Amino acid sequence: MAQRTTEIVVGFFMIAGLIALLFLALQVSGLSPKAATATYTLYANFNDTGGLTPRGKVSMAGVTVGTIESISLDKQTFQARVAMSIHADVDNIPSDSAAVIRTSGLLGEQYIDISIGGDMESLNEGDTFYSTQSAMNLERLISNFASGR
Amino acid sequence: MESSAYITLKDVVFSRSGRRIFDGVTLDIPEGKITAIMGPSGTGKTTLLRLIGGQLRPDSGQVTVAGHEVPRLKRKDLYRLREKVGMLFQSGALFTDISVYENVAFPLRVHTALPEDMIRDIVLMKLEAVGLRGARDLMPSELSGGMTRRVALARSIALDPELIMYDEPFAGQDPIAMGVLVKLIRDLNSSVGLTSVLVSHDVPESLSICHYACIIADGKVIGEGTPEELREHPSEQVQQFLNGQPDGPVPFHYPAADPGADFGTNGEAS
Amino acid sequence: MIDRIASLGRSSLEVVGSLGRATQFLAGVLAGVPKPATGFPLLVKQVYSVGVLSLAIVVVSGLFIGMVLGLQGYTILSDYGSEAAIGQMIALTLVRELGPVVTALLFAGRAGSALTAEIGLMKATEQLSSMEMMGVDPLRRVIAPRLWAGFIAMPVLAMIFSVVGIWGGMLVGVEWLGVFEGSFWGNMQSSVDFVDDVLNGFIKSVVFGFVCAWIAVYQGYDCVPTSAGISSATTKTVVYSSLAVLGLDFVLTAVMFGDF
Repeated sequence: MAQRTTEIVVGFFMIAGLIALLFLALQVSGLSPKAATATYTLYANFNDTGGLTPRGKVSMAGVTVGTIESISLDKQTFQARVAMSIHADVDNIPSDSAAVIRTSGLLGEQYIDISIGGDMESLNEGDTFYSTQSAMNLERLISNFASGR
Repeated sequence: MESSAYITLKDVVFSRSGRRIFDGVTLDIPEGKITAIMGPSGTGKTTLLRLIGGQLRPDSGQVTVAGHEVPRLKRKDLYRLREKVGMLFQSGALFTDISVYENVAFPLRVHTALPEDMIRDIVLMKLEAVGLRGARDLMPSELSGGMTRRVALARSIALDPELIMYDEPFAGQDPIAMGVLVKLIRDLNSSVGLTSVLVSHDVPESLSICHYACIIADGKVIGEGTPEELREHPSEQVQQFLNGQPDGPVPFHYPAADPGADFGTNGEAS
Repeated sequence: MIDRIASLGRSSLEVVGSLGRATQFLAGVLAGVPKPATGFPLLVKQVYSVGVLSLAIVVVSGLFIGMVLGLQGYTILSDYGSEAAIGQMIALTLVRELGPVVTALLFAGRAGSALTAEIGLMKATEQLSSMEMMGVDPLRRVIAPRLWAGFIAMPVLAMIFSVVGIWGGMLVGVEWLGVFEGSFWGNMQSSVDFVDDVLNGFIKSVVFGFVCAWIAVYQGYDCVPTSAGISSATTKTVVYSSLAVLGLDFVLTAVMFGDF
C-alpha cells in the first residue's frame, strides 16, 4: 500500500515537471504549436551587413515574416550574401521589392525590412533581391556630417 | 579426516596496503561439520571468510569451494555460487529500511519466483527456527543485539544454503544470547548437515560446538585438529592462545623501541 | 624541495586514481540493466526520496529568487524607463542559468548529501557486503536506482524552479510594482527562444543531475566505513558537486551561448 502511495506521488511529480515544461514552452518562450511552418529561402547581397546576425528577424511593414538563416561572404563580388527563410504563406513578395537593413530603435538590434515594390511577379524559392540597402553606419554618418559633405 | 573437504585453501597469500595478512595458509574444511577458525584479533579471520566468499582475491594460491575455484569464477558463476552460501556478519547487517519479515524474505524474492504465500510460509518457518516469529513486524532498529543476529541468521538460511559462515557470532553477546546462538548453530548443523565455518576468538564456546578447529596467527595456521587434539597440542603458541595467558610467544608488547629511548632513562645508573 | 614535488606527484596520482575508480564504478553501475519488474519499484521509491522530498526547498527558493530578480530588475530597468523588460530579464536568467544551477546546488545539498550518507552507512554496517554475499550485486540493487533517480528528478526540479521563479517575478513586477502585464509576457515571449533557451537550460539540468547523482553515490560507495569517513564523504559530495556544477555550467554556457 505504501508502495502505491509513493507511485502516485511520483506520478504527480512527473506530471508537475511536464506541466512546467509546457508552461516554459508556451507561455514563456511563446512557442506556438504550428511554429514549424513551411518556409522558402530568399537571398540578398549587401555591401555592409553591419551588426546583422543569424536568427535575426525579417519583417514587412513591421510584421515578422521570417528569420535570417546565414550570412556569408561572396568571394567574387566581396559582398555579403544573406540567406533568409520566409514563411511560406507570404508568397507574394513583388520581385522588385528591396531588402533594407534597419535598426530597431537607436541602439537595438538590426533586422531586415522588406520594402514592397509594385511588380506583378513575385519572388520564388532561391531568388535574390534585386535592390538592397546596406546597414546605416552611425559612425560613418556622423563623420560625413562633421566633414561637411 | 573422515569426510571430504568442502572448502580447500592451498598456499593462500594475501596482503593489503603493504601488510602481509596471510602467508601461505593451507586449510581443509570438511563437509557437514562445524569448523572453528580461531586466532587473536587482527589476524585476518574475517578476511579469510571474504576470500572464501570471493569478495577478495588472494595474491596467490587456490581457494576452492564445492569444487569451484573461487578467484577464477566469472561474475555470474560467482553470484550463483553465493546463493548456496549464507554468511552471518558480525553486525548482523540487516537492511535498516525494511522490516524483519522483509529482511528474511529478501533473498527469496531476489533469487526465486515463488508466490507470495509460499514466501510467507518459508519466512515464518525460518523465523520460528530462531524463535522470533513474533518479531516479524519490528524494524531492525527495534531489536536487541542478540535478536539482530538471530534475524540475520534466519535470513542467511532462507535459501537453505549448503555452507554457512559465521563471523564472530559470539562477540558482544550476553551469556544467554550466546547460549541461544550456540544451540542454534549446533541444531542447524545436526538437523540439515550444514557445513559451518565459525570465526571467533571466544575459545570455550567455539571449542564446545566445533568438530574441528584451527588456529591462525601471524598469517599462518599454527595448529589444527579436533578440540581434544588442540588441548594437547605441543606448541607453546597454541597453549598461550587457548589458555589466555597474557605473555608468551605472542608478546604482550607491540614491537617498540628500547624503553630507555622513550622514557629518557638511558645512561642513568638506576 | 624534492619532498614537496613528490607530495604533489602523489596527490595528483591519487586524483587520477580516484577519477579512474569513479569511472570504473560508473561503468559497473550502468552495465547492468535491471529487469523492469524488479527495477521499476526501486526506481520509483528513489525518485520519491530524491525528487519529491526536494520539491519543497526547490519551490520556496525558486519563489524567492524570482521575487528578488523582479525587485532588482525593476530598480535598475526603471532608470532607463524600460521596466517592461523585466519579464524578459527574469525569464532569461532563470531559464538559462539560475534554474539549472541553483537547483543543482540545492539538489547536492539536500538529496546528494543524503544519498552519500545513506550509502555510506549501508557500507559501514556491512549491508552492502551482506547483499553481495547473498548473490545480489549492490551496484545494481542499491546504486543504480539512486543514480537514475537523480538523473530523472533533477530536470523536473529545475523546470519547476524556473516556472515558480517566473511566477514570483511576475508577482513582484506586475502585481506589486505595476508593470503592464501584457508587455511583461510579450517581452518575455519575443526574447525567449524555445530551442536556444528552454531546451539548452533543460540539457544543462540533465547534465547537472547526472553529475550530482554520480558524485553522491560514488562518494557513499567509496567512503571509509566509519562515522568520520561518512561525514567527510558527505562534505566532499556537497563541495565536489557544487564545484562540478559551477565549472560545467561555464563550459556548457560557452558551448551553447558563446558562438555569437
